[in-house]
Amino acid sequence: MKVLRDTWLVFGRYWGLFVHNPVWVVIGVVQPLLYLILFAPLLGSIAKTPGFPSGGAYNVFVPGLLVQLGMFGAAGVGFSLIAELRMGVIERLRVTPVSRVALLLGRALRDIVSIVIQSLILILLALPFGLSIHPIGVVVVLALIGLIGLLTASIAYAVALWVRSEDSYAPLIFTSSLPILLLSGVLLPLGLAPQWLRNIAAANPLSYAVDAARAVFNDHLGDPSVVKGVAIMAILSIFAIFIGARAFGRAVA
Amino acid sequence: MIQTRGLRRLFKSRNRTVEAVVGVDMAVRTGEIFGFLGPNGAGKTTTLRMLATLLPPSGGTATVAGYDLLKQQDKVREGIGYVGQAGGSDREIIGRTELVFQGRLYGMPLNAAKKRAAELIEMLELESCADRKVGTYSGGQKRRLDIGLGLVHDPQLLFLDEPTTGLDPQSRARVWDEVRRMHDRGTTVFLTTHYLDEADALCDRIAIIDHGKIVAEGTPDELKREVAGDLVTFSVTGDQHRALGLVKDQPFVREASTEDGLVRLYVDHGEAAMPTILRLLDSAGIHLVTIGLQRPSLDDVFLRKTGRSLRETAA
Repeated sequence: MKVLRDTWLVFGRYWGLFVHNPVWVVIGVVQPLLYLILFAPLLGSIAKTPGFPSGGAYNVFVPGLLVQLGMFGAAGVGFSLIAELRMGVIERLRVTPVSRVALLLGRALRDIVSIVIQSLILILLALPFGLSIHPIGVVVVLALIGLIGLLTASIAYAVALWVRSEDSYAPLIFTSSLPILLLSGVLLPLGLAPQWLRNIAAANPLSYAVDAARAVFNDHLGDPSVVKGVAIMAILSIFAIFIGARAFGRAVA
Repeated sequence: MIQTRGLRRLFKSRNRTVEAVVGVDMAVRTGEIFGFLGPNGAGKTTTLRMLATLLPPSGGTATVAGYDLLKQQDKVREGIGYVGQAGGSDREIIGRTELVFQGRLYGMPLNAAKKRAAELIEMLELESCADRKVGTYSGGQKRRLDIGLGLVHDPQLLFLDEPTTGLDPQSRARVWDEVRRMHDRGTTVFLTTHYLDEADALCDRIAIIDHGKIVAEGTPDELKREVAGDLVTFSVTGDQHRALGLVKDQPFVREASTEDGLVRLYVDHGEAAMPTILRLLDSAGIHLVTIGLQRPSLDDVFLRKTGRSLRETAA
């Protein structure tokens, strides 16, 4: 099928660009490591607070960290797209018969693969600190993080094609992703939050992804919150792909 | 190769609508080099982008490379190549890799794409830099690679948006050579340019667009002749008014005057008019001192059609 072939081709181009730039690879691995070393040790005492979920500090913290990685890892992808707009690369690709969906999916797939690899590294690094997880749980969580990456990257690309300049893109994307992230209980569980904050969080799709990730790390693979979180992310991703592909189809200079 | 009828494009901004292209009717014939001239903001690039499927027209119809621009975009895309002003290659990528990737996007199997990339590298003399990152290329090398990217699938029609802007004279001459070679292979080339000498030297036919409308279309010679005709100037030893009286009523003379001791005649065909002028003066015993022939430039055409000199508007 043409879309799949084109997606694979586009992925190949961007994957090649990514691995040939060692800076990004190093940053990708170092970032989660910093969180583990510099932030996670603070959690030991907080875990004893009433209201903190069971399962140990790392099993509560790492899922949140992974969701954050999925979102922030993909939120910045629009910068490279804006640079390419300026170099005429996107225009050049849009004159070929390549599928517009593939222009989006091929790039997003590259972002997802790098996020999933970083996530896996993070999980492996957290094991010696006391994280415990079932291998099937790892697969489920990586799939969930991949979906978050797909969702975020698709929106980020659409925004980049829309604003076309780093100066507008950066504030727009970071000021909008920060509240979404904070209101999802990524850093500390919302069980600790006052009721009004919890009510707002209930309207935040990302908080369902965080719940799902925590359930998986708590060995509750069969918990309805897992299906719910994955389903919400999947449905939103389909919408986001639609919007992103449309943006690639209409990009007007 | 291209046929447009009433092609229009509006841009809507917050509080007003700008009509960038008001209604373009033109025809580009198969195999020709067609030049598209116009001041900045006249609608040149907008028209080009519409014809290259990058921008949906707000109105009108067009056939490009044998297919309907509005209904058969993918068929149009298979038949055309496009090299934008910005180029189109990524600084971080290796030239050859980019060429192979571009070929694959047009559906070529990997081996065919590699073979085609090697052909283009040889043809465009990029051997010395093909395996380096594009960021290390000279301006001319980069431009040739960009043209190569537009030629990967051997399109019938190639769009070039200001292909020589920003190049040094030598690189510019190289690009001209490439365009002529494409022409020799039968490719139709549609290019926009700011340089009138480029249009004059390179193009079989040109169109001038101003305020979103085509104001002139034809071969450079036709346009020049239509606007002004050739200018014959001569000086004589005796009475120049007598000389003027002798020639001014000839059927080929459009306009005659004297200025700074010179007789100035605007004529249809300078080469054909000169012998007749010589004969007339000779038989009247008038001694001719100098005679010269000046052809109108495209700048004269441009000035007449748009009311501005292209040099002013480009600045």
